[in-house]
Order: sequence, then structure tokens, then C-alpha cells
Amino acid sequence: MGLFDFLRSRPKNTASVATERLRIIVMQERAADGRGSSPDYLPMMRREILEVIRKYVNVDTEAVDIHVTNEGDDEVLELSVTLPERRKDAVPATDES
Amino acid sequence: MTEIIVVTSGKGGVGKTTTSASLSVGLARRGKKVAVIDFDVGLRNLDLIMGCERRVVYDFVNVIQGECTLKQALIKDKRIETLYVLAASQTRDKDALSKEGVERVLNELAEDGFDYVICDSPAGIEKGAALAMYFADRAVVVVNPEVSSVRDSDRILGLLSSKTRRAELGNGPVEQHLLLTRYNPDRVAGGDMMGINDVKEILGIDVLGVIPESPGVLTASNSGVPVILDETSDAGQAYADAVARLGGETRPMRFIDAQKKGIFARIFGS
Repeated sequence: MGLFDFLRSRPKNTASVATERLRIIVMQERAADGRGSSPDYLPMMRREILEVIRKYVNVDTEAVDIHVTNEGDDEVLELSVTLPERRKDAVPATDES
Repeated sequence: MTEIIVVTSGKGGVGKTTTSASLSVGLARRGKKVAVIDFDVGLRNLDLIMGCERRVVYDFVNVIQGECTLKQALIKDKRIETLYVLAASQTRDKDALSKEGVERVLNELAEDGFDYVICDSPAGIEKGAALAMYFADRAVVVVNPEVSSVRDSDRILGLLSSKTRRAELGNGPVEQHLLLTRYNPDRVAGGDMMGINDVKEILGIDVLGVIPESPGVLTASNSGVPVILDETSDAGQAYADAVARLGGETRPMRFIDAQKKGIFARIFGS
């Protein structure tokens, strides 16, 4: 790294971005193949959860994030759903009348 | 007993043939009787890397189709007594290789007392790659620290654990090793290349060796001398270490730390 590099804003650490992206895709593909540590119903469950959420909120396909992690002897299912910003037009498309 | 080792990767251009050439030379140099087979039918290249391209008369497909004997097709290396090369055919016929044919050749090599057969797999997951891994006892999965290569390697690991003779007969798993190539320690230190532990953790298998990105690899292929024979090159030395580990030795990884820069390089950049 040279003198001028210090003046530039430090770029994001792309290696850790790559590692994180691979960790997720490899886990998903192993699950789809029926190998790996995560249960093979995950992709299906993810799809169904997404469908249910979409009945009420207009979310993106990437909004549902599922991870299975090991903490000691326990397996932890971590599920996070990113909801869109609260805007008038993002209100549920369901008709409850 | 003959041990069959497949050198595979899924993705092309990561260094399978370079690796096959150096591992086979390395094993033969340790006194083992080694045959290295090019499975890339239609895109023969191992002969060039081994420097025996002008001595190819018969190839792998000729042997399988009974047009010559195995002995006639095996090219004896001029540098190492116990090393033989079996070239791929340049035919465009994709079905030239058959499972029975490959098995027959491997059995004959075993009868001839070969200690190791190295199968240099083509890229992809099609027939050539599938046959190269099918009879393997061990697999060396060549991977670059780069997203598409790592992902493809994982596909290959999946195939190794299901689409091999060992898997089908329940003879225990194919022993799997990672070999990282084109590794650039400076870029790893700078945070823009995945490190050994990142790749190892994602794929979950042990690392047989780390081959640094090195100008020696190109000069070696230019001259048809496997890079392991270039003892001045870091890549050559790293391959020698990998061969030793393949034989069960423990050796520390070398060439994996970033170069320390002098004060001038620090100030003025590299």
C-alpha cells in the first residue's frame, strides 16, 4: 500500500464478502443434494414461508433468510424476514372487506 | 496395491493438469511406479505439460477400443524411470470412453504393479469427469480462492460422495483433499482474496497443499517440464511438500505469508 492509497477511502474487505456468500450458497446446495448438516427441507420451507409472508406484505424473494447454526450441542434455526420500509403503497394487498 | 487418485475441480483453468503432472512426477521421484492418465478426450494437454507431445503414438481411447496394447500406449518419461504417461485421444467422439474400458485399463495397470494411477480429469461434470473420478480411492480437488471455483468444487465433492465406485459399493468414502492453487498471500493479507482457512471452512475438508501464484508455473509449461522439477520456484517447492503430505508426512505450509515490505515500498506503493 502506497502513500496515496491512504488518502483513498478504504475499500470493503471483499474476501469476507465472498466467504459469507459462499457459506450460504454452499449450505443451500448441500441441503438440496441431501448432504451437509442442514436439513433438506430448508429450501422448501423457505419457499413456503415466503409465500405466506407475501400474502400480507409485498416482500422481495431475498427477504427471508434461513440459517442453521450449531451452538454447542444444539442446532439453532435462525430465521429473519426483512420487511419493506413502511410506505402507503407497501400496505398489504389483501382485501379484508 | 494400486492407489487411484483423481485430480479434479469442476471449474476449468484452475490448474488440474499442472497439478496432475507435478504430483505424478513427485510420487515417481520418490521411487513409486506411477501412471498419469489424461481423461480430457478431445482436448489433450497433459502430454504438452509433461513435455512428451511428440512421442504420442497411441492414446487412451486406442487402448480401450483394442487398437493397441496398454504397453504400446504408455509413454515412458525420459527424466524419471518409473513414470508413464497415457495421453488422451483427440477424437471428437464423446462416447469414446466407457466405464468397462476404463476399468479394464486400470485393472491392467494394477496387474503391472503400478503403485499410483493419477487420473487428470477434464473440467465440468460430464462423462469424462465422471469417469475420471468413478474408480478413485482418493481425490485431490484443485481450487482457486475465488467464488466460482469454490462453489464448483463443492459440487464435485458432492459427486465424489455419491457417484463413485466406492460410494456405490459402500466401500468407504473417497478420501478427499483440497489443493489451493494461484494463492496470492499479499492479496489475502490485503483482504481481497479468501484465505486458506476461509476455503477450508466453507468446504469442510483438509488442505493438502497451497500453491502460490508463481511465474514458474508458466515457464514450466512453456518448456514442458512439470513445475515440481523447478526447485528454484516456490510453486515447485510447494508441490513437493504436497506430494510428501500425500505420502503421509506432515510438513508445515510454506509461501502463505505476505511479503514484508521495506520502508520505500510502503511509502511509494508496489
